[in-house]
Amino acid sequence: MSAYLTATNQLRTTRIVSIRNETPTIKSFALHDSLGAKASPGQFVMIWIPGIDEIPMSLSTISSKENLVGITVKKVGEATGKLHNMKIGDVVGIRGPFGNGYTPTKARKVMIVGGGTGLASLAPLTEEIGKQKERKITFLLGAKKHNELLFLERIKAILDRANGTIITSTEDGSYGIKGLITESAEQLLAKEEFDIVYACGPEMMMHKMFQLTEKAAVPFQASLERLMRCAIGLCGTCVIGKYRVCKDGPVFSGVQLREVRDEFGHFKRGFDSRKLPFKP
Amino acid sequence: MSNRLATEIAGLKLRNPTMLAAGILGLSGASMRQVIENGAGAVVTKSVGVKPRKGYPNPAVVQVSRGLLNAMGLPNPGVHEFVEEIRELKEDGVEVPIIVSVYGFSAEEFAKAAHVVEKAGADALELNVSCPHVKKTGSEIGQNPSLVAEVVEKVKAVSKKPVILKLTPNVADIAEVAKAGVKAGADAITAINTMRAMAIDVETAMPILANKIGGLSGPAIKPVAVRCVYEIYEAVDVPIIGCGGITTWQDAVEFMLAGASGVQIGTAIASQDLGVFKSVTKGIDSYLRRKGLRSVKDIVGLSHRH
Repeated sequence: MSAYLTATNQLRTTRIVSIRNETPTIKSFALHDSLGAKASPGQFVMIWIPGIDEIPMSLSTISSKENLVGITVKKVGEATGKLHNMKIGDVVGIRGPFGNGYTPTKARKVMIVGGGTGLASLAPLTEEIGKQKERKITFLLGAKKHNELLFLERIKAILDRANGTIITSTEDGSYGIKGLITESAEQLLAKEEFDIVYACGPEMMMHKMFQLTEKAAVPFQASLERLMRCAIGLCGTCVIGKYRVCKDGPVFSGVQLREVRDEFGHFKRGFDSRKLPFKP
Repeated sequence: MSNRLATEIAGLKLRNPTMLAAGILGLSGASMRQVIENGAGAVVTKSVGVKPRKGYPNPAVVQVSRGLLNAMGLPNPGVHEFVEEIRELKEDGVEVPIIVSVYGFSAEEFAKAAHVVEKAGADALELNVSCPHVKKTGSEIGQNPSLVAEVVEKVKAVSKKPVILKLTPNVADIAEVAKAGVKAGADAITAINTMRAMAIDVETAMPILANKIGGLSGPAIKPVAVRCVYEIYEAVDVPIIGCGGITTWQDAVEFMLAGASGVQIGTAIASQDLGVFKSVTKGIDSYLRRKGLRSVKDIVGLSHRH
């Protein structure tokens, strides 16, 4: 048989093992899946909610020891609403893992900037990087308000073990510094040198971080979100410039983002491929 | 690579006989340019119609044994927005033919879409009368030779560019449909589109595709596609473009021996990525050299001697 079939793309059904309320609008679901449990931080899976939809989801937990993966889902529409109503033991489908994931770094001074559900892919990355003792991690965690700060305790615990620092900010000032997380990042980049910056969160936040790292000449990686259908590089739904987010991404370097600067931070494509502008 | 690979299909000059199949990555100028840079001899865009369409909800793709099932539902931004992508490609001075796939819910809609994309710079048109999972278009037209003839005639009336007709295998006699299309003026035939198919999840007892029924592509349909090309070659005198499961150079050569002048590649990109165009082209070139042949045109239809 040729190498045609890819095991990862085969749809598997699996039962929900545990559910955790993270914020008033975000829940995490643990699933048994041996292929997903071999993923690297930043890779994603397609989750089938039978009879409703199939949606791309970053892996927020990757545990090869327990054969478990976690997805962290914000309730935003029909599919995510249905997932939020599911119970332990309910069946979902999974295919993947897909995409490239973050490129591990040997750099010493690491800045990680996360907003909203962007924390989903950044938490396993931080765990991975945190295992190396010689690393110095500064984590910038932002949200609109206190109860929307995702994985605050989890990130704190990782950084405690890894001797890292966390800076939190909320737009309403209900926790940490009042303001946007990118403002804290800008100040920090002005006074300290970093070897690499990772970011995941709303597009405009990542776009701002791209501009800041370009100015400071610091290597950058960001995990992008686009609408997806096939997840295997065929359908073209998720394209940004010459790249397919599902196959060439979802993580892109600053160098690659320069090549797609006409699109990054400006628009994504809808299911009909028409351009949907981002609000500044 | 040598010019043994250069060929001509209905007046279109191709540097090699490989093409990007319709429905794959053909919605943006930048992604089509990427396919061209990876060696394709021509690109066929995703099918566009007169109005934008979002297509079906997910799941739109399911992997099955030796193939992929899809029911995208003809998502496209509509011809009026899509012309920007064609212009972008053309302005970059691409040297390979840009074949624009069009669909419509009537012969008039086909003609209207064809007219708009031709004005924007399409080098040829491919008529999608073969999508197996959208009602009132695609294979519902392509299964009826007189409707096919009507669509071809209406498009030919407004078009100066080559008109390629893409046929569905979901018929009793594909050669009969090809004959009707050619009689109406089609300049070439692409065979085949996907085969109507479905998959059901055993755990939930649910059809997996949101649309329940979709089209099967990939190696699973290759023998069917080869047979279709073989039968069409015996029935008509226009060039045929083979499509269906082409993954390796041997697949491509097999289609050409059956009667195809060119081959379209789609599903194989999932497993081989864009390098598939170069690997297939290189393989055909070595085969021609080994057989002592000067041109890829020399192998078209060779199997019919036996």
